[in-house]
Amino acid sequence: MSEKAPYELTIHEAQALLAAKEISAAELTESVLCRIENIEPMVDAYITICRETARKEAAAADKAIAEGKAGPLTGIPLAIKDLICTKGHRTTCASKMLADFTPPYDAMVMEKLHSHGAVMVGKANMDEFAMGSSTENSAFKTTRNPWALERIPGGSSGGSAAAVAADMCLGSLGSDTGGSIRQPASHCGVVGLKPTYGRVSRYGLVAFASSLDQIGPITKDVTDAAILLTAISGYDRRDSTSIDKPVADLSRDLDAGVKNMTIGIPREYMEQDGVDPEVQQAVVNAVEVMKEAGATCVDISLPHTDHAVAAYYLVAPAEASSNLARYDGVKYGFRDGSAAGNLKEMYINTRSAGFGAEVRRRILLGTYALSSGYYDAYYKKASQIRTLIRQDFEAAFTTCDIILSPVAPTAAFAIGEKADDPLQMYLSDIFTLSANMAGIPGISVPCGVTTGGLPVGLQLMGNYFEEAQLLKAAYTYEQASGMHLKKPSIHRNGSL
Amino acid sequence: MAFEPVIGLEVHAQLKTRTKIFCGCSTKFGAPPNTHVCPVCLGMPGVLPVLNQKVVEYAIRMALATNCRIAGESRFARKNYFYPDLPKGYQISQYEMPIAEHGHIHITLSDGAVRKIGITRIHMEEDAGKSSHDPSRAVSFVDYNRTGVPLLEIVSEPEMHSPEEAGAYLRRLRSLLRYLDISDGNMEEGSFRCDANISIREKGAAELGTRTELKNLNSFRFVEKALAYEIKRQIEMVKDGEKVVQETLLWDVNQNRSVSMRGKEEAHDYRYFPDPDLLPLVIEEEMVARIGKSLPELPDQKKERFVTHYGLPEYDADILTAGRDLAAYFECCARQVKNPKTASNWIMGELTALLNACGKTIDESPVSAEDLAKLIALMEDGVISGKIAKAVFSDMAETGKAPDEIVAEKGLVQVSDASAVEPVIDRIIAAHTAEVEKYRGGNTKLLGFFVGQVMKETGGKANPRLVNELLSKKLG
Ligand SMILES: [Zn+2]
Repeated sequence: MSEKAPYELTIHEAQALLAAKEISAAELTESVLCRIENIEPMVDAYITICRETARKEAAAADKAIAEGKAGPLTGIPLAIKDLICTKGHRTTCASKMLADFTPPYDAMVMEKLHSHGAVMVGKANMDEFAMGSSTENSAFKTTRNPWALERIPGGSSGGSAAAVAADMCLGSLGSDTGGSIRQPASHCGVVGLKPTYGRVSRYGLVAFASSLDQIGPITKDVTDAAILLTAISGYDRRDSTSIDKPVADLSRDLDAGVKNMTIGIPREYMEQDGVDPEVQQAVVNAVEVMKEAGATCVDISLPHTDHAVAAYYLVAPAEASSNLARYDGVKYGFRDGSAAGNLKEMYINTRSAGFGAEVRRRILLGTYALSSGYYDAYYKKASQIRTLIRQDFEAAFTTCDIILSPVAPTAAFAIGEKADDPLQMYLSDIFTLSANMAGIPGISVPCGVTTGGLPVGLQLMGNYFEEAQLLKAAYTYEQASGMHLKKPSIHRNGSL
Repeated sequence: MAFEPVIGLEVHAQLKTRTKIFCGCSTKFGAPPNTHVCPVCLGMPGVLPVLNQKVVEYAIRMALATNCRIAGESRFARKNYFYPDLPKGYQISQYEMPIAEHGHIHITLSDGAVRKIGITRIHMEEDAGKSSHDPSRAVSFVDYNRTGVPLLEIVSEPEMHSPEEAGAYLRRLRSLLRYLDISDGNMEEGSFRCDANISIREKGAAELGTRTELKNLNSFRFVEKALAYEIKRQIEMVKDGEKVVQETLLWDVNQNRSVSMRGKEEAHDYRYFPDPDLLPLVIEEEMVARIGKSLPELPDQKKERFVTHYGLPEYDADILTAGRDLAAYFECCARQVKNPKTASNWIMGELTALLNACGKTIDESPVSAEDLAKLIALMEDGVISGKIAKAVFSDMAETGKAPDEIVAEKGLVQVSDASAVEPVIDRIIAAHTAEVEKYRGGNTKLLGFFVGQVMKETGGKANPRLVNELLSKKLG
């Protein structure tokens, strides 16, 4: 362990060293800030780097450690997706609309992280308002995949995933509306978990699609995901959709094994067209690993899978069209009032210039889906399909404990490759968005590297509020396969 | 051809909860602009609404008082439109699943007729902010203090057929809101707002005509005036062979006419959909039962009790129960006098005239219920006459003194001693021989003349019953 540079550590490794006083939080933070200095110009994972605050928080963490008040996250440098509100630090959502917006409040997850003594090193890049699967839709920059700099890191939490993969933080928070944590985690060879809807408070998470959004951890291994998720979970009366359920320490008993678990493999996912054979093979191999570990694997059916993408791309844009109405140039954020002769022109100019193409596309799509005369055919029908998808999963979980599938049909594609083909981009969410539609938890763990040297992720999905079981299955796979130990080459050149 | 107007009313009542419907900000009226605001009611990114349970309780109270069916599960919905005073770009309201439906209230018209008016639905929603414009500088201002103040929208069936009925309906709704203590019901201050749907049809026809919507009716006086204007306008249009156009009209207070809003508020598609930030609202029957038990006596019940318990005519009972404070005033007074009807007469007569004259409400009355009761008791005990009582009442209103004090100070005690009155009567008879002749000749109407003369002589203090008795005997 000692041959690793501090920035290379996982959260639990760093925690052990901090507790043993072999390293200070200040040293750890400096190491990460230095790493950012070296690597960030290549990767562009951050929108804002918070050096001074990070140093202050590290100093406070060292004090807490000295006083014996340290918790599992005390002094741990983290990156935060830039649509999670951070009091006193601008929160841009990677949009021109909020380029200068500094919230006067913290998201609930930030309050939790502060109370645990975590260190925030920066705000991570993303697709504008979390709309996208590549981080190409950021108004500021396109993040590059640390495994192959000419490729996308995935999205929308691409900055959060790339920062973890490139050791520019020990862990990060992303948000997942249709796969925005799991897909970039898969493309960057790290672990990403979307919790059960209602597990983590959405207070202070800038809304994309309120009924689908969840904040979750992106980390270097499953143990870290368990630590970070435990820290941010819990009921919050400020979010009416958060659920009042006690949260156990999810990092305990991770090694309990899968001997009593039944793992379902949905045939609709495995027979899906357009899945890269290497991805397919990696998943098939993963099934073998789980079988060897003692799990029972069964074939299951999720019959409404074919309708999931269409339904999702009505529900999510519909909610988004309403959620994003507040960015009108009146109260805060960007305003283009220069040429406006009246209120309506000010609205049009502001929203045309303030939002990027993908955001405008989804607002139009959502507005249309809710319009009178179309509501029943689109939004309402999509909501009905959503119920059917939920019932598919409920039925499946009567015969299995965990569902196993690919995360994305392919490994990371090249920057610009799908930029002009939104439909192709939407279809790449096929394996992830059903978990959001149903509200169940899902995790992406590394399960291989293609011949082209790109990481592939394995998705495991669990029943409602069964994150503990989900993490145990993921941990078993991770330890048996050792896939989490593979690192991008940028890592080796890191000491440039 | 005879026409019948058909009127439906939409009322927005501001609820007087301490805090707003989805955040902890104060609802107090009149604070400096943008001081009762927070990230939630300003629609800042990432913040979420949390429902104020008091609003639900108040909505249930009104639903029970208007005989509505309360939904076991209702939903909040977003009403989407752009306007600077709407910070989120949508208003949180209820649409497909309101908290209450299918109710009714009873209204009493001036001829005493009672009519039942259906309530289509009641739902909860948030108020918008207030915009003001400075045309001289071409700028607008927005005050978000009102944003998120809870409103109840109460929608009637299109079942009213005259401005008078509409007025009676509105007054009854307001009275209910005040009885329940959930709204100030003040039209001028905007805590009670009304929009009207109006159409006309041939009398007896079942189908409804094309309706217009009339907005900005911010006083009871305007409502009836505006409705009368709009009914007349539509009838004249139809008589002239024109067609009524479905549109939104604004009542222009200065010009006393309705003005078309065409092109402004028209053709809105609000794109309602269930608000994903708020869970379906589940209302348990126990909660409804508990709130039901806590309801005060409502106007209809009170009216009935006033009739049976105090023996008042329906007309009196209706007027006295229109307001909770007036009813309480009456009861306080009635309990301390022999005949409650006398108390009713005084309150509806002298007291109401006094309050109107000085522009005060019943709870600011210069004459307390206790003092009025004492005055009536003095009259009933024969200490003073009715005529003297009226003079004493004016004194009470002016000085705030108790009636017995005024009577004692001014020596107004009624003279009921025959030996004191007899000499006066004798003097009057002696002085008016001609009238005495006529009386004895059969013109008994002249008795009143003699009574008047005696009362004049005694400064009104002689007991009128005694005077009558003695005069009849002596003249007879
Ligand atoms: Zn507020």
